[in-house]
Amino acid sequence: MTNASIVPAVIHEVPLQYYVFFATALFCIGVTGALIRRNAIIIFMCIELMLNAVNILLTAFAAYRADPNGQVFVFFIMAVAAAEVSVGLGIIVMIYRNFQNTDVNLLSRLKG
Amino acid sequence: MQETVLPGATAPFSTLLYLLIPGLPFLGFLLNGLLNKRLSGGVAGALGTLTVLGSFLLSVFLFVNFKYQYTVNLFDWISVGSLQIPFSYQIDQLSLLMLLLITGVGTLIHIYSIGYMSQDENVGKFFSFLNLFVFSMLILVLGANFVILFIGWEGVGLCSYLLIGFWNKHTSYNNAAKKAFIINRVGDLGFLLGIFLMYLTFNSVQYAEVFQKAHLGQFGNYGVGVCTAITLLLFVGAMGKSAQLPLYTWLPDAMAGPTPVSALIHAATMVTAGIYLVLRSNVLFTLAPQTLEVVGIIGLATALFAATIGLAQNDIKKVLAYSTVSQLGYMFLALGVMGYTSSFFHVLTHAFFKALLFLGAGSVIHAMSNEQDMRRMGGLRKALPITFLTMLIGCLAISGIPPFAGFFSKDEILSHVYEHSKVMWAIGLFTSFLTAFYMFRLLFLTFFGEFRGTEEQRHHLHESPASMTLPLIVLAILSTVGGFMGAPMFLGKHYLADYLTPIFTYSRQILPAAFTTEPEHSTELMLIGVSVLVAVVGIVLAYVQYVARAQRPAEEEAQRSGIDSLVYHKYYIDELYNALIVKPVMALSTGLYKFVENGIIDPIANGVGRATLAGGQLLRYVQTGSVETYLILMVLGIVLILGLNFGRL
Repeated sequence: MTNASIVPAVIHEVPLQYYVFFATALFCIGVTGALIRRNAIIIFMCIELMLNAVNILLTAFAAYRADPNGQVFVFFIMAVAAAEVSVGLGIIVMIYRNFQNTDVNLLSRLKG
Repeated sequence: MQETVLPGATAPFSTLLYLLIPGLPFLGFLLNGLLNKRLSGGVAGALGTLTVLGSFLLSVFLFVNFKYQYTVNLFDWISVGSLQIPFSYQIDQLSLLMLLLITGVGTLIHIYSIGYMSQDENVGKFFSFLNLFVFSMLILVLGANFVILFIGWEGVGLCSYLLIGFWNKHTSYNNAAKKAFIINRVGDLGFLLGIFLMYLTFNSVQYAEVFQKAHLGQFGNYGVGVCTAITLLLFVGAMGKSAQLPLYTWLPDAMAGPTPVSALIHAATMVTAGIYLVLRSNVLFTLAPQTLEVVGIIGLATALFAATIGLAQNDIKKVLAYSTVSQLGYMFLALGVMGYTSSFFHVLTHAFFKALLFLGAGSVIHAMSNEQDMRRMGGLRKALPITFLTMLIGCLAISGIPPFAGFFSKDEILSHVYEHSKVMWAIGLFTSFLTAFYMFRLLFLTFFGEFRGTEEQRHHLHESPASMTLPLIVLAILSTVGGFMGAPMFLGKHYLADYLTPIFTYSRQILPAAFTTEPEHSTELMLIGVSVLVAVVGIVLAYVQYVARAQRPAEEEAQRSGIDSLVYHKYYIDELYNALIVKPVMALSTGLYKFVENGIIDPIANGVGRATLAGGQLLRYVQTGSVETYLILMVLGIVLILGLNFGRL
């Protein structure tokens, strides 16, 4: 339930569209980086970038609509991101141990 | 005289009793079949025999305590809309007598088999098949509707196939088994069509309903002519099962099976299933006089035809096989002239003496180290006294010499035929002469004269063990006194006819003339005199030919002229069927194999497989193994989904 009346006026100083453009830009940079970079750790950073873009968007909407659901969801995303990173970094460490290299182009054993 | 209560009256004993009668042999089949190699030969034989003996005792119990006809409802088997076929048994005079025959003669033959098959390595399999046969035959005669009869019909056909090809290492035996089954199948087609037509007409296949409706003239949408069609079709089935012209060629080939099989299946029981079918449906046949004519003519023709072939056969079992075909012809001849009781009488007496003859032949074959050619036998009556004596009784019985069993039944048939047509009677009489001749030819060639076999065979000659001679003796006694159940002149009344009267109630009401006319006393005596004279002449001629003049049949390679050759080669009927039917079917089969199987179906089936493989080869290229490609594809996919979903917004 949104209560437009209890949103403080100062929030509207920065128009919502700025946040949307900003989050979109971050997301696109993250996507591009994930597709182009060869280093596995950089790809991970780009993924984090995408997640954070979404976080920003969620928080912005939560503030503009005085709906706490958005910010609660951000907490979930952060927790999940942390878990995913820990697992992912573990995998990367194993890859490094086998290949002495984190280049994702070397991971082509499943080529059929 | 038993009162006839409409079938449908309740059974006086518990259902278990009726389940056990066919159930015991079925149990024997399962036990012997599953524990095949683990039971010793003796145990397997004893198990097989005891089950049939148990059924026999139960049948005797039912027979002694029989008061009225009834049906035993076991369970609702087929219940689809208006089609109701319950699984029920019919207990009446006809089925009881058949029960006694099957289990009684069956027990004797099982006892005989213990001795005969003792050296075989597959004794357990043999007894399990024999028990399965007894089970199927019991289902056949116990059923209360035509469909259950058909189940038993098919079952005995199957067991016939299994038992003929019992020694399955010989290809010729397997071919004989296939031949028997396929020719039976041809008959079965007619039988099934008859059942279908019967259902269309009477809306039921239950005996009680069909016969009552027929008797009252309720033929559904058809007139009384439908009975002719139904009975002709049923007779086609009977022709196949009971080896009448033209579907008889399987029976002589069926001699490839062990001799007890020939005795039980191809003499005493299975081949009488066709007669049983006609007797059971006697109402329908009485309403179809044209079919009766056909039945009579085919029966007579078969009797004569087979008798002529039997004159020239040299294998002891083949002679008996053709003799069986001929006697079955007599039974159908009797049915054709509406001598229903006399036909069944002949079924009973024939079972006795033909089983006796086959078992005796088995005893001879056993003693001769599996030699079956009569040209190699001779003078065996000193070495095999019991076998000789019992086979002599059997031959006397089949030739129709009083007071043995065959005389009474054959004479009754001939007197019925005489009332119907003098010409048919004359032919029947001539066939009777031929029967006496070739049966005593068999006896004289085997047991008289000098021994014509090898030294080794002479060394091995011995009378059979008690397990084999005991059934011979019992059957010989039955062949001697069995005729008196139908000897009104000697015992005052015809026990068998009186007992069977309720079976023919409806027929009697439709055509009373056929049941009440009795020939005059003087005509009877004349007929008896002529039949006996003809038989004696046949015996004397055989004696003169084979004992006094000591003529011996020619060897295999000998030159034969004209008629001699024709009869020796069984009128080339087998070759005719081969050319007319077997070769075209095989050609069709080969053609279908080459063009349809290899040309159409295989390519389609293999093609599906190859198409799948090709598709797989194509799809391989999606698996590039490169993570980047996968990521790009994933992103593209997400964009596509989002675009399609929200593109319109």
